[in-house]
Amino acid sequence: MNWRAVFAIVRKDLKIVLQNKGVLIPIILVPLILFGLLPWISALAPSMVNMGGTSLDEIATLIAQMPVGLRTELAPYTLEQQSIVFFLVYMLAPMFLIVPLMVASVIAADSFAGERERRTLESLLYSPTSDRELFIAKLLSSWLAAIVVALAGFLLYVIMANAAAWSTLGRIFFPNWMWIVLVLWVSPAAAGLGLSTMVLVSGRAQGFQDAYQTGGAVVLPILLLMFGQLSGAMYFSIWVVFFIGLILWVIDIALIWFGSKIFRRGRLIARL
Amino acid sequence: MSATVIHVENLTRRFGDNIAVNDLSFEVKAGEVFGFLGHNGAGKTTTVRLLNGVLEAHSGSMRVLDLDPLHDGPSLRARTGVLTESASVENRLTARDNLLIYADLFGVPREKIPARVSELLDFFGLSEHAEEKVEGFSTGMRQRLALARTLLHDPEVLFLDEPTAGLDPIAANQVNELIANLSAEKGRTVFLCTHNLVEAQKLCDRVVVMEHGKLAAIGTPLDLMQQYVRRLDVDIEVAPDQLDIALDALSSASSLTRGLSRQVNGKLTQTVTGRDAIPSLVNLLVQKGIHVYHIAAHQPSLEDVYFALHREKEALQ
Repeated sequence: MNWRAVFAIVRKDLKIVLQNKGVLIPIILVPLILFGLLPWISALAPSMVNMGGTSLDEIATLIAQMPVGLRTELAPYTLEQQSIVFFLVYMLAPMFLIVPLMVASVIAADSFAGERERRTLESLLYSPTSDRELFIAKLLSSWLAAIVVALAGFLLYVIMANAAAWSTLGRIFFPNWMWIVLVLWVSPAAAGLGLSTMVLVSGRAQGFQDAYQTGGAVVLPILLLMFGQLSGAMYFSIWVVFFIGLILWVIDIALIWFGSKIFRRGRLIARL
Repeated sequence: MSATVIHVENLTRRFGDNIAVNDLSFEVKAGEVFGFLGHNGAGKTTTVRLLNGVLEAHSGSMRVLDLDPLHDGPSLRARTGVLTESASVENRLTARDNLLIYADLFGVPREKIPARVSELLDFFGLSEHAEEKVEGFSTGMRQRLALARTLLHDPEVLFLDEPTAGLDPIAANQVNELIANLSAEKGRTVFLCTHNLVEAQKLCDRVVVMEHGKLAAIGTPLDLMQQYVRRLDVDIEVAPDQLDIALDALSSASSLTRGLSRQVNGKLTQTVTGRDAIPSLVNLLVQKGIHVYHIAAHQPSLEDVYFALHREKEALQ
């Protein structure tokens, strides 16, 4: 494996992404809103609810509909603390997965379909790399970027969630082990899902926008997880999170295997 | 005798019903500037893709630098440099970054990269724009940058697809000199795809003329001219008072001439059937008592070869 060539392509792709506002803005903005702003809104929500003349009873009713496991985990807290932990730790957990998925999708769309649109793919096909090396390089650039953004977002979230909840909880309560599994096991798989879907979509897309819009449907499983948890049908326990990760990894492997079969120089150059 | 660098035998590549390259056979020797001429869609770009292992052939065989392009693609491409028809440089990166990344990609020793990049930027007159993004570059600047990128790893065989397209005459001349030097001084083999027949005639040791994916002719430019140019313009200067007699004599020699003579500034220009017709024509004029002061054949060009082949093809169809 020619790793030097692989990382040269990764470096090229990432440098190009950093120069593209259309790609860079969502990559920065979405994590900032999710991990910087949302913790404060969630932490301040209970007091705002009280100010509005209603009580925390509505949140208590919502929590009462949740699975037993979640209620047990929330039991040691006061009702106001429960509402914060419920939102910051459990409700926002599926949303965390949107970030690696979105970052990987955007960069993969730019790296695969965008490169063809910019007519720069041909010179890359004449490089001393095998089809496999080229494919791995393209995957790595979007995957590594997604992991870095997800980890940075997680660190931001740790700071913001604890800061926002400090007045109510009076201690560092976040992250718990479920989040560690989510960040280290599930979010790389979510990134893999985003990029592998985009690899398949990019093969037929006309350009970056086309690929990104078509591949946007990949976010649907994450929305399902969010609604599943909000409705009380499930909750993000360590084991549930572990199995979600396992399923995503299996899907990733299948999609990447299929993507590698269609990622052939001859096929790519014939479409230029 | 130079070693064979490219060996192609009965190579065929189809795209659906269209045969892009049809039973193509030729050899290129080390250090040659080998011209690959043809109209759009003649199969030039497809051949370059096949020879670099980017595209798979449907039949036939090929060896480049003694490697099989399809199976040894990465090793082969590390030793070749390809300038594609459209200068596909990264618009969002600076000129220097474009070269730095590709130097790394092509395995140029790390300690040599900065000097090599600066040397090429300087050679192609891009040093002043090295830190500028390529999106602001003119077509000519992009083409020069793409050429610099092609040369980064000092390839043994260069595939240049229309290297002077979009360049001003001075830059085009500089590129032509570079191609000549690469071959003459560094022993590099250059596979030059071009429409520019004047350029090909000036630069190429041998040329192939392609017609709809098939090899129509191969040889040195001189061989091809002698072989295919069957009409030649000849300037004839005779005694001024014998112009009318000379015109009559020429119009009667239909086996040697094509069309009527043109008279410009007291000189006659006559299209003849070929070089072999010139002595017979002089003999005829002298026999008629005409004083021939000067006779000169216009040198045929590859353009004449190209059109002669094209006419031949059309006549066959």
